[in-house]
Amino acid sequence: MSTLLEVKEVSKQFTMGGMLSRKIVRAVEGASLSLSVEKPEIFTIIGESGSGKTTLARMILGLELPSSGEISFRGKTVSHKVGRAERLEFMANVQPVFQNPFEAFNPLKRIDRYLESTATRFLKLRQRDDIDAAMDGALQKVGLSLAEVRGRYPHEMSGGQLQRAAIARALIPNPPLLVADEPVSMVDASLRMSIVNLLKSLRDDLKVSVIYITHDLATAYYISNRLIIMQRGRIVEMGDARTVLDNPEHPYSRLLKASVLSTEDAGDGKLATDPGMVALAGELVSKPGRLVDRPDGRLVRVYG
Amino acid sequence: MTQDILTVDGLKAYYQMNYFGVEREVRAVDGITMTVRKNEIYGIAGESSSGKTSFIKVLAAAIRPPMRVVDGSAKFNFKNGPIDVTTATPQQIESIRWRHLSYIMQGSMSTLNPVRRIGKTFEDFAKRPLAASGTPYRERVLGHLERLKLPADVLNAYPHELSGGMRQRVTIGLATVCHPEFVIADEPTTALDVVVQKEVLGLIREIQQDMGSSVVFVTHDMSVHANMTDRVGIIYAGRLVEEGPTRQMFFAPKHPYTAHLVASLPRIGDTTQRPALEGRPPSLANPPAGCRFHPRCPLAIDKCKTEVPPLIPVANDHRSACWRWQDVGPLVKPHQANRVMA
Repeated sequence: MSTLLEVKEVSKQFTMGGMLSRKIVRAVEGASLSLSVEKPEIFTIIGESGSGKTTLARMILGLELPSSGEISFRGKTVSHKVGRAERLEFMANVQPVFQNPFEAFNPLKRIDRYLESTATRFLKLRQRDDIDAAMDGALQKVGLSLAEVRGRYPHEMSGGQLQRAAIARALIPNPPLLVADEPVSMVDASLRMSIVNLLKSLRDDLKVSVIYITHDLATAYYISNRLIIMQRGRIVEMGDARTVLDNPEHPYSRLLKASVLSTEDAGDGKLATDPGMVALAGELVSKPGRLVDRPDGRLVRVYG
Repeated sequence: MTQDILTVDGLKAYYQMNYFGVEREVRAVDGITMTVRKNEIYGIAGESSSGKTSFIKVLAAAIRPPMRVVDGSAKFNFKNGPIDVTTATPQQIESIRWRHLSYIMQGSMSTLNPVRRIGKTFEDFAKRPLAASGTPYRERVLGHLERLKLPADVLNAYPHELSGGMRQRVTIGLATVCHPEFVIADEPTTALDVVVQKEVLGLIREIQQDMGSSVVFVTHDMSVHANMTDRVGIIYAGRLVEEGPTRQMFFAPKHPYTAHLVASLPRIGDTTQRPALEGRPPSLANPPAGCRFHPRCPLAIDKCKTEVPPLIPVANDHRSACWRWQDVGPLVKPHQANRVMA
């Protein structure tokens, strides 16, 4: 088995404030994970705001350099401080999908211009017919077609269509890895499942691995193979998605699961959170702890 | 004894624009009839551009051009007398604002003035409606903060010094400090994390029960509605398509759109394929004829394309606007089957 992406003991610190009031924020601490080439999967990173999940994704995309540790993609270290050719090659392999499709696209620029520049830049296509074929191929994969998209501006499409167009753009260079940062949180309820199902079919039919970043445990359970749960920069639990979410072990994971609003008891108005759980999860933030293996294959952070 | 605090009758609010001689009419609210009872939480669900925000703008008496109420009425039955917000004068609206009719806004970061301390913002909001100053005013505000589990220090803080959850609690505090009879909450928890969201929702419910007021709770998140509301109304393309007690809406919906919203919710412990609804929400400037849901509806028949279905009673306290409401049941079977197994 060869590894596609290897994240080894990666940490990232940000320094905030001036000389006298300097504060160090540890956004990510000692994160490790790896994806294999042979087995495409949806790997989910779960966490609340401030948990470091977006920082981790930005490091995987090479937009941010880790303070320590190493990220390698197919054996090569990920960094934006490389030659242009090498950087372009990496970008063709790892493509991002952002949270808000209305912000990801310039409202004054037609959508097909984005698709076209991606095709010419990464696939080095110069012929009109080849470019159109590449664009149409990618749009077909997400259930759109070039005829529908050509000449249209972002405001002329719904949020769901636009997010699918964003995914189509990312698929043009046939990347083995997509990094999707909260791709459905800005999409309407009736269209949300079409995006989630699309990510699922990308994995199953096109063998694309997806790093899916979310705070929504229910969609994570629905589509992911493996997941990590992050609390303030630390991975607190990692393992098979079903094993972890069916029976979370770390207090923070248990709190997250308990906070998911279920529809099973609709109308009963059950909204109480156990304050003991919140306090217990909050206490653990300041303790480093260490990750240990469990017999069912998961890693859990234990303390003391 | 249930009494209605709000009666909306055939309300139509359109955006009428005339740019460079081109007239455009957006029918954002197109004939909504509903009531909100005393002491209940009424949920309004709908996707973006379904007209739900325009609807609550009318309820909040914030009717500004280019929006205009074309037809119908929205009458509140407050303790100090009934008032129709569609025809009331600015003075009348001023007399009910915050004291009787209040509003919890969406983004707490953009609602609070970033260069004013929270205490000052409280004064701006509450001093006049409460008609109190000095010690009685201070006691009233501090007592209210305590109920919201906020420390008294927040009054000296600036908005950026507070966490997202605390800020949202401050906006809830501002909206409820005058003990209003009717509160409109517009997506108050959308920007919050799951753990904080649950806390804030619990708090709104607690405060509502404490004060005995009515709440109209707007969000597109059906799982929030499931846990928060007593009744839910679903708005699709400017019309109310279904309304009923929360439990019935989730376990026996009578409109295909509701059935889809419920069936597409993913749940922990269940990985069966969830259906996705094709198509896109219709444009309100040029909505489809007949039932506005028919281009996306799996049950659509020819009648749906031409005739608008009326909102009719289909069960106890439950109304649906669908020609084929009797056939909606099968759509939700997988959901119920799961429930039995679990």
